[in-house]
Amino acid sequence: MRNYLVLRVIAKLMIMFMVLFALYVQFHGDFGPGGGFQAGVISAAAIVFYGIIFGLPAAREVVPDRLVEVMIAAGVLLYAGVGVAGLLLGGNYLDYFVLGADPVDGQHRGIFWIEMGVLITVAGVMLKIFYMFAGRGDGGGE
Amino acid sequence: MTAIANHFSYWATLFIAIAGLYIVIARGNLVKKLVGLAIFQTSVYLLYIAPGKLIGGTAPIIADKFAVYSNPLPHVLILTAIVVGVATLALGLAIVVRIKEAYGTIEEDEILAQEQPALQQTADNKM
Amino acid sequence: MMAVVTVVIARQRNLFAVVILFGIYSFLMATVLVALDAVDVAMTEAAVGAGISTILFLSALHLGKGIEMKPLHRPFLPLVVALATGAALAYGTLGLPAFSDSEAPIHQHVAKRYVEEGARETGVPNIVTAVLASYRGYDTLGEVTVVFTAGIGVIALLRRVRGRRRGGKP
Repeated sequence: MRNYLVLRVIAKLMIMFMVLFALYVQFHGDFGPGGGFQAGVISAAAIVFYGIIFGLPAAREVVPDRLVEVMIAAGVLLYAGVGVAGLLLGGNYLDYFVLGADPVDGQHRGIFWIEMGVLITVAGVMLKIFYMFAGRGDGGGE
Repeated sequence: MTAIANHFSYWATLFIAIAGLYIVIARGNLVKKLVGLAIFQTSVYLLYIAPGKLIGGTAPIIADKFAVYSNPLPHVLILTAIVVGVATLALGLAIVVRIKEAYGTIEEDEILAQEQPALQQTADNKM
Repeated sequence: MMAVVTVVIARQRNLFAVVILFGIYSFLMATVLVALDAVDVAMTEAAVGAGISTILFLSALHLGKGIEMKPLHRPFLPLVVALATGAALAYGTLGLPAFSDSEAPIHQHVAKRYVEEGARETGVPNIVTAVLASYRGYDTLGEVTVVFTAGIGVIALLRRVRGRRRGGKP
């Protein structure tokens, strides 16, 4: 695929917007359709697209395996950590009301971090799965 | 006539479910079985989402202009179900890949045919 | 249209065609979901079903041969089983509330409160997000853990062999 000029140029343009769109979906999720799950899938799809066009090694350079593996675990820990933070501040587990000065503010903060955790885990898992499947095709991968 | 209009959404769901079920049990190819499973899963999405719809309602994003919203609860459940679904699908595909490496085929019949002598042997040993 | 695509998938023997058709099917499903007001779900379905799963299937097919499929034994028994199940379920639908019936039990329970109080209590106008992250936080934690576990499972399944091959080859 390395030699198709049109594909490469278009891909470079598209990927920029895909990542941008993923971030928009993530942070605008409170007001429009969107949230951590969708944003995670879209950003993973952007990297997968990059991997298809430029080859798996190039994608591995942009998002290294180590980082992906850390992302998988970090997302779940972040989510659980928000729960524990609520606990430490004197509320129940996953209780956001105590996170901010007033309840609504606390809810906002809680939802933001929860969605962040979801985004990180989902994107990490999708990418890792793609790497594993694609990597085996080239005789052993890593 | 009204009965048909009232229950059409259920029947569409049913048709998809039956098609998925048929693919799963009738086809021997493991990848095809997974596609059938995924189709069956989409029928479940419809089963949850369709009753939540209210004619004249809008998507459940609060705004001043609208008063009637469709039910948000099924949306939440199915949203997570889709992502979990693709993760388990990947797990299934990984198992298929390993089966392919172990047996050299992804047809159920051929795998069974390969297993048959081995099973026979263990049965003989036990006797 | 979806019915046609489904039937073609069932009949098609070429696995590549099946996978591409499944992508089309997912897009159609996403369209139906938009018509049913489930915009969040439709977005996920379009990205996951048509994007990620298609790529996963393709890369799995790339590893296996997966082009041909043998003609199989008699398809009558499975057909009968599937149709019988369908008939039983269709009989069951007659007892369900009509489409878009606002008096149906599904609209009477907690959903009412979510719609009426959700925006005020959480400060988030998109109720789907509010319910997902706040009211049903435990659920979502569980789902994220499932996704995590599935990822770990794939890693375990697809990596072990490589280690064994590296170490175990005489």
